[in-house]
Amino acid sequence: MSLRTPLGRQLGLGSAHEGVHHWILQRATAVALVLLTIWFVLSIVRLPLADHAAITAWIAHGVNPVLLILLLVAAAWHSKLGVQVVIEDYVHGKHAKIALLLVSSFIHVLIAATAVLAVLRIAMRSVG
Amino acid sequence: MRPRPMSPHASVYRFQYTMIGSLTHRMTGVGMSVGLLVLVAWLAAAAGGADAYAGTTAVLSSLVFKVLLALWLLAFCYHLFNGIRHLAWDLIYGFERREARRSFRMVVAAALILFAALAWLLFCRGGAAP
Ligand code: HEM
Repeated sequence: MSLRTPLGRQLGLGSAHEGVHHWILQRATAVALVLLTIWFVLSIVRLPLADHAAITAWIAHGVNPVLLILLLVAAAWHSKLGVQVVIEDYVHGKHAKIALLLVSSFIHVLIAATAVLAVLRIAMRSVG
Repeated sequence: MRPRPMSPHASVYRFQYTMIGSLTHRMTGVGMSVGLLVLVAWLAAAAGGADAYAGTTAVLSSLVFKVLLALWLLAFCYHLFNGIRHLAWDLIYGFERREARRSFRMVVAAALILFAALAWLLFCRGGAAP
């Protein structure tokens, strides 16, 4: 049982053992990203980037949409955790810090949602 | 509210060249976070159809974006290998100063080699070839 007040917990000051969770997620997403980014970068540098039909065909092909969604979610998550640390390190005003952390979280969720939707749309179109 | 305890300000530390490694990891990480926005915009354009895609690739094939693309590729190569070095440290491997120095050189060399190969594929042979 925690003896901390709800307010104390909400302000996020002192140990809520959040740090461990954050640390593990940053590493777990990093390990996933090693494999996923190598696959993605090696694929993308060899594709005809100006050719819309070829690009969407590649995105929809086989396991590519699944790997792409995993890559984009892992990248957005890892990036969210990373940018959070940078903001916490460099922004010292309490209100500015909370505001920036919120903006960063929103943008990262938006990135992940937009990316997943885009991949799904392309994959579905080629099926239907 | 009482002021929270803070660790000493970074400027009290003597400069050590391992700092370059960490600072570069941070800069490349944030750089790629910005790059992720562009990647997702590109995907959304691809999902939007051939016309939307043509408009976006026209912007992305401008000189400014070609330079940015090369920088993102370089950032990726460094962050990838240095990230692996970080993960090895987390397993308490290679912390000794000599080893850290050696692995830093290996990271830089591996990053430059991978960058050269990827840039050649992308700009000389692949989709961004002139
Ligand atoms: C390619 C595979 C990747 C690996 C192995 C990796 C590994 C890591 C590791 C281990 C850290 C923690 C460093 C520390 O504790 O100081 C980190 C931080 C970070 N990463 Fe990555 N990463 C990868 C890809 C990415 C991508 C694709 C992005 C952006 C979209 C990114 C953005 C960041 C940011 C912003 C930080 C925080 C930097 C800091 O706190 O100084 N990383 N990365």
